[in-house]
Amino acid sequence: MIPAQFDYLRPGSLQEASEALASDEEAKVLAGGQSLLPLLRLRLAYPSLLVDVSRLEELTGILDERDHVFIGAMATHDEVLRSPAVIAGCPLVALAAATVADPAVRHRGTFGGSLAHADPAGDLPAVALALECVMVTSTRQIPAADFFLDYLEPALEPGEILVGVKVPKLGPGWGFHYEKFHRTAQAWAIVGVAAAVRRANGSIQEARIGLTNMGPTPVRARAVESALQGVELGEAVRQACAEAAEGTSPTSDLHAQADYRRHLAQVLTHRAVNAAAGRP
Amino acid sequence: MTEELDAGVVAQQIAESGQLSEPDSTREVGKARRRKEDARLLAGRTTWTDNIQLPGLLHVAFKRSPMAHARIVGVDVSAARDMPGVVAVFSGQDVADEQGSLPCAWPVTEDIVIPDHPPMAVREVRYPGEAVACVVATDRYLAADALDAIDVDYEPLPPVLDMAEALTEASPKVHESGNRAFTWTFAQGDIDAAFRDAPVLIDRTYVQQRLIPTAMEPRAVAATTDGESFTLWSSTQIPHVLRVMLALTTGIPEHRLRVVAPDVGGGFGSKLQVTAEEVLCLLLTRRLGKPVKWTESRSEGNLTVHHGRDQVQHIALAAEADGRVRGVKVELLADMGAYLMLVTPGVPLLGAFMFNGIYKMDAYSFDCTGVFTTKMPTDAYRGAGRPEATYAIERVMDELAAELNLDPIEVRRRNWIRHEEFPYTTIAGLTYDSGNYEAATEKALSLFGYDKLRAEQSDRRDRGDPVQLGIGVSTYTEMCGLAPSRVLGSLSYGAGGWEHGSVRMLPTGKVEVVTGTSPHGQGHETAWSQIVADSLGVPFDDIAVVHGDTAISHKGMDTYGSRSLVVGGMAVLRACEKVKEKARRLAAHTLECSPDDLEFSQGAFKVKGTESSKTIQELALAAFAAHDLPEGVEPRLDADATFDPENFSFPHGTHLCAIEVDTETGMARIRKYVAVDDVGHVINPLIVEGQVHGGLAQGIAQALYEEAVHDAEGNLLTTTMADYLIPTAADLPDFVTDRTESPATSNPLGVKGVGEAGTIASTPAVVNAVVDALRPHGVHDIQMPCTPERIWRAIR
Ligand SMILES: Cc1cc2nc3c(=O)[nH]c(=O)nc-3n(C[C@H](O)[C@H](O)[C@H](O)COP(=O)(O)OP(=O)(O)OC[C@H]3O[C@@H](n4cnc5c(N)ncnc54)[C@H](O)[C@@H]3O)c2cc1C
Repeated sequence: MIPAQFDYLRPGSLQEASEALASDEEAKVLAGGQSLLPLLRLRLAYPSLLVDVSRLEELTGILDERDHVFIGAMATHDEVLRSPAVIAGCPLVALAAATVADPAVRHRGTFGGSLAHADPAGDLPAVALALECVMVTSTRQIPAADFFLDYLEPALEPGEILVGVKVPKLGPGWGFHYEKFHRTAQAWAIVGVAAAVRRANGSIQEARIGLTNMGPTPVRARAVESALQGVELGEAVRQACAEAAEGTSPTSDLHAQADYRRHLAQVLTHRAVNAAAGRP
Repeated sequence: MTEELDAGVVAQQIAESGQLSEPDSTREVGKARRRKEDARLLAGRTTWTDNIQLPGLLHVAFKRSPMAHARIVGVDVSAARDMPGVVAVFSGQDVADEQGSLPCAWPVTEDIVIPDHPPMAVREVRYPGEAVACVVATDRYLAADALDAIDVDYEPLPPVLDMAEALTEASPKVHESGNRAFTWTFAQGDIDAAFRDAPVLIDRTYVQQRLIPTAMEPRAVAATTDGESFTLWSSTQIPHVLRVMLALTTGIPEHRLRVVAPDVGGGFGSKLQVTAEEVLCLLLTRRLGKPVKWTESRSEGNLTVHHGRDQVQHIALAAEADGRVRGVKVELLADMGAYLMLVTPGVPLLGAFMFNGIYKMDAYSFDCTGVFTTKMPTDAYRGAGRPEATYAIERVMDELAAELNLDPIEVRRRNWIRHEEFPYTTIAGLTYDSGNYEAATEKALSLFGYDKLRAEQSDRRDRGDPVQLGIGVSTYTEMCGLAPSRVLGSLSYGAGGWEHGSVRMLPTGKVEVVTGTSPHGQGHETAWSQIVADSLGVPFDDIAVVHGDTAISHKGMDTYGSRSLVVGGMAVLRACEKVKEKARRLAAHTLECSPDDLEFSQGAFKVKGTESSKTIQELALAAFAAHDLPEGVEPRLDADATFDPENFSFPHGTHLCAIEVDTETGMARIRKYVAVDDVGHVINPLIVEGQVHGGLAQGIAQALYEEAVHDAEGNLLTTTMADYLIPTAADLPDFVTDRTESPATSNPLGVKGVGEAGTIASTPAVVNAVVDALRPHGVHDIQMPCTPERIWRAIR
């Protein structure tokens, strides 16, 4: 890789990192580098300084708290998908993390980096949105619903570092599924659907659905969520999921046209909801 | 299935034709030897071109056109010259009188238009990524930085992207001479009679999308000079051809130019080229008196490694009501891209004789026009011409079957050459020397479980299952072992098709083999060692095979077109025979007998009926010492040989593919893939297996995944691997492979070549399966690659 010149700093404390970032407008946080380095390599980004946060204590580890799992920003996809706390407390995160790229990328790429990068094609932003995670930064807490502002644009101020994420535990009765549609194992999602479904007495009580790559940011399929309330498993679910593309604005690009993405959103949402509800 | 294909009959046929040679434990040939080169290659304990370090080495980077077509108004390199570490910056204009024109060695017609092809554009850029200037700097990073400081002033010109439009009067021109490069035609039999009142007529247009060859090792070049002589290292398939062509292009006298292909990490035809970067690196080292090196980035490679395929094929087939083919008519548009490179115009010709496939017919006509567009030039890519031809005929045979409501196997059986008809001269004039389509097909059908899968297919159709099953057939043949020199001459190719081999026994009894082929992943070091071990009776591990350096291997025609074993392996065998002959004379002299009294076995000459003998190693030492040589025998046991084949070889086989198509999303997933190939005798089954697997992956990739895409302005959109999708092992099924063995008669090894078979066979098998799944939806074609979106749109 032949990037343009940049300076490199590996600060010893969160404060030092924040100060370094605040003092240089062109500085960037470097986590696992799996999204940032490709941009440098293609000379699509020219940061003056990379602030490597990989050794900061505060950003590491996965903690099982009472009502949530705290995932440190620097936890790699591989750590996340193998974490007993994640598997028990918020399995949807593990299911989605397992679909990211390949083992090499999963061993370097981080949970925090995936969210801070705010790529709507990434698999974890839609999950964070659906689960109503809370982003813990060096200065404040931001609900996921307010975090993804636009394409590659998170609600982070200059110098603000994502420390970790609180993922709420949804408790008993919930089922989960992440349905990713991509052409090769290593490819990004053309469309992805993160579904959390609470079932009781053969019908769906509550559903949370996040869509990957259906617009400049990850989106909630609110219309489907409300249509699913109280619906019995079966044909009614299909009908409810027909509204999956409501309110989305997918792009047309090399990988798919918008109308096809809308169609996929319906089919995949139906599949994701059924799978989350425990129906093959 | 069909009665004629009774398994017992086939088994007998196989036995009669001597197929499937019994493995013999005393022989190396036939053993599944692990490749001796792999440890070195896999661990990277070798010299790739990019690893080469030379004292004072400078690094080259190219400024490339961001536009498909533009006039160059001016190139300002002054700011770049002042950048840190920069040694020199040149625009195309700066080297215009020295850079010459990149060669095309295959002027297929007398009136072909071969436009001037400057390595760096001077007045006009004609494809995205064309080099317009270069920087030479003390390191790669500074060279790349300085590119940003070069200011090129372009005046955009209209791109030329569609071949049919390019041929209209109104089209903008790629070159002043127009957009038609050549038209080449060929016809045999009375085609009008064949089509007149034909009971069945199938007429189809197929698009061979543009592909980007993706070798694991990107291209890299290094060059140095001592002021008089030059050495060029390149990640190339063709060091020998390259030396000749570079001497002609640069004016460096051939005897002062050494070309080295160190270990090379794959090519697939993309390194069968004389590239702008090779010419320019030589020119830069000549100008600066310093060694230089260039290595492409992957996205630079996607733009500027020559592309593959890109044809629009119009194929018409006339048949009798019972499915017997009367004739085939082919009209082809072949996208040349912006220039004609080494064998660009010849690629469609390599397919011209294959559109009839394995079928008998009365008439055939072929008409091909090469068209210039503002895209990267196309050239050879795994299969070169034959995959395109095989695709068209195998697709159309399935269409014929559908039209007549016949099983696709049955339609093929009614038309193919029967095993007892070999050697058979086809309507295209080629003589297929051997083969047994019945045997390969029968084996494939039983491995596949054809009848059972057909039953499942109809069950899914009846149930209206959202996941439909399709079954695709490809009974392919191909022509390889390029090539009889006389045939190449008759097709106006600029060189011959022979190969050279040299075998030298060293004083200590070890053997050094020099081959004119240039392996870049194929395993020649292992296979050639197996051939030599058997011929000379020396241990496999006592043999080293060297290649790829014109100072060591002084003559050769290199590696492409599945030619290396068929032609190069044969040359090595011939050289072994000469060495043995010499050894025999020396042994007779030493043992004081007549050469005819000697028998050779397991590396020793023995006087018949006695115990007195000499090993070939002892003779090697005696020949080295030369104390007592017979009259006319020169010191050392060594010999050179060349082999020029008298015919092509014709691998064939039957591939069957079962695909599940999810009609809700359009996703097609291969469920089962069976490949039964007949590549003649097999030197090393493990290598054959590897070639088949890799070939299948590449052919499946064309069917389902890969496509170079340009936007309306002619920019290439697929410059990274996130956009140009290459399947990996995770995306492919477990392949079921097997073989039949009808030895080639055109070479004593009985080998046919296996480098391209998998690629050629698999693309139509997969697309036939996709289309077969969708026939109830009224679909009779899906354009490649059969993406989920294309499938979804077709059945919506
Ligand atoms: C070949 C390949 C395939 C991939 N496929 C997928 C896929 O299928 N699905 C998927 O979801 N992802 C995929 N990815 C991306 C991968 O998931 C990355 O891990 C992720 O996008 C970014 O994480 P990172 O740690 O590498 O972040 P980096 O690349 O280091 O950083 C990304 C961005 O986030 C910022 N950032 C990072 N950490 C912080 C922080 N703690 N605070 C503030 N800002 C921060 C950086 O400044 C930068 O702008 C793929 C990557 C590759 C290379």
